[in-house]
Amino acid sequence: MSDALVIAHDLTKRFGDFTAVDSIDFEVQPGEAFGFLGPNGAGKSSTMRMIGAVSPITSGSLSVLGLDPVTQGPELRSRIGVVPQEDSLDVELTVAENLMIYGRYFGLTRSVIRPRIEELLDFVQLNGKRDEKVDKLSGGMKRRLTIARSLINQPELLILDEPTTGLDPQARHVLWDRLYRLKQDGVTLIVTTHYMDEAEQLCDRLVVMDQARIVAEGAPADLIVQHSTREVLEMRFPPGTQEENIAQLGGLAERMEILPDRVLLYTPDADSTSSEAHARGIRPVAQVSRRSSLEDVFLKLTGRSLVE
Amino acid sequence: MNTYLRMYEREARVYKGVWRGSVFSSFVNPFLYLIAMGMFLGRLVDEQTGGVAGVTYLEFLAPGLLAATAMQAGAGDSAWPVLAGIKWQKTYVAALASPLRSRDIVIGHLAWVATRVALVSVIYVLVAALLGATGLASGLLAVIPAVLTGLAFAGLVSWFSATLEDGIGLTNLFRFGIMPLFLFSGTFFEISRLPDWMEPIAYITPLWHGVELTRAVALGTEPPLGRLGHAAVLVGVIVVGTALAARQFEKRLVV
Ligand SMILES: Nc1ncnc2c1ncn2[C@@H]1O[C@H](COP(=O)(O)OP(=O)(O)OP(=O)(O)O)[C@@H](O)[C@H]1O
Ligand SMILES: [Mg+2]
Repeated sequence: MSDALVIAHDLTKRFGDFTAVDSIDFEVQPGEAFGFLGPNGAGKSSTMRMIGAVSPITSGSLSVLGLDPVTQGPELRSRIGVVPQEDSLDVELTVAENLMIYGRYFGLTRSVIRPRIEELLDFVQLNGKRDEKVDKLSGGMKRRLTIARSLINQPELLILDEPTTGLDPQARHVLWDRLYRLKQDGVTLIVTTHYMDEAEQLCDRLVVMDQARIVAEGAPADLIVQHSTREVLEMRFPPGTQEENIAQLGGLAERMEILPDRVLLYTPDADSTSSEAHARGIRPVAQVSRRSSLEDVFLKLTGRSLVE
Repeated sequence: MNTYLRMYEREARVYKGVWRGSVFSSFVNPFLYLIAMGMFLGRLVDEQTGGVAGVTYLEFLAPGLLAATAMQAGAGDSAWPVLAGIKWQKTYVAALASPLRSRDIVIGHLAWVATRVALVSVIYVLVAALLGATGLASGLLAVIPAVLTGLAFAGLVSWFSATLEDGIGLTNLFRFGIMPLFLFSGTFFEISRLPDWMEPIAYITPLWHGVELTRAVALGTEPPLGRLGHAAVLVGVIVVGTALAARQFEKRLVV
């Protein structure tokens, strides 16, 4: 027996004939932050919803906190927190009322919920908005309230589906800090995101999903070593000249990615590749050399860029 | 705590924010009808015919309007708010991520609707009694069949709302369903006045049973199917409507 918190084996989700999640396997260990990366439609949310026991699995097996999401849904849901991709707040109610109502769903008494409301509003920095109607909040504030709501039952496992979409950079950093603190407190995190920096910052381990399947798995740093070179040279050419320039780049790098607006050269040493290119008479209007990132892994595995 | 009560509490709290407008609108309409039709048109009716079914037109109309008002409150609360919970705001979806199950949501919602219909009905009866349209005690007793009527519609309309993708179906439901029932189910006149081919249609609508039962309780008369007969029909519709709604919520939300 594994002591993993979440164990998925051959996990599959179909909607009619369409397979949204295609026999994936993964395990989430207690206390870790586990990420799901993948392009739109990859099947991340479908997987989150199965783990959260709101969507029955089609086939395979899934165990969460040692429970079966299909037959023990209510018990399982009472012990986890969920930040769904789409906010689903009670917009006619105030910020504090939303938290009170949600706490009541979990069967908590008002006297237990009341102090938690104040703590959580502090936690997501919405104290000033306590008695404001949710209607009046900005998108990012609603997101933060959804996050606070997911914590009302002090969950052991927190599932966050694109938690920072819609947040400004400062709020994102604050949230990362908060999630980090939760992790310190022993809460296990499962996060989906489109932001590579978020995944690198937050996740101990992650999987990359593409077209309903898991295409890679590992710690962010390991994935970079496994699937990319040490460095990347990005070149931007004058409009309309990218193709003729590409023709001259052959053999310069281990691998090349051609994006609409620039070319990425994967190489162990970006500076020497740059000199070589220069020697061949290639003159980009702009170039950057940098370390490989998860973005590059993602690009290679899914053929898609996240920075559109 | 029974799990459905948690949803009941949510519905009540949402309602608290809007109760002024809501009580006002669910009550002003029947009040206006009671005055315009019951008192003014009623005087004309009474002068011409010496009353309807042995009582003044106002006394005849008051319990009918009570049942019809209960229908509108029960249907209204289960129309747009339900579709919002499922689709627009997804608050019911959010509730399903907690220990609540879809049947808790349906039952909690309907339990709240029963409370609200009772509230609206009591206020209506108080005003009707002030106007001399009904006795206070018999009027208050008639709140019970009114609540059954409201629930019968609440269950069915919750189910219907949960099958919809947008509000057009609801607009049509009210335009082509609820409004004609309001006018032709014995609220304003006995359905024996309807053309013969229409009468059976009235028999199968829950509102007719609600109107007959409510009127019988308020006036102390015996309705066509007997009080138990009409009550049984209403309870049957409530059970079927609730079961259909629970099944549809599950089918729609747990995918
Ligand atoms: N209820 C549903 N009925 C039918 N198809 C669905 C349903 N939910 C999801 N899908 C389909 O399943 C696929 C995976 O969707 P999912 O929401 O899991 O993707 P995702 O990885 O979360 O994407 P995104 O990054 O856009 O949120 C998509 O093609 C989607 O259209
Ligand atoms: Mg998603």
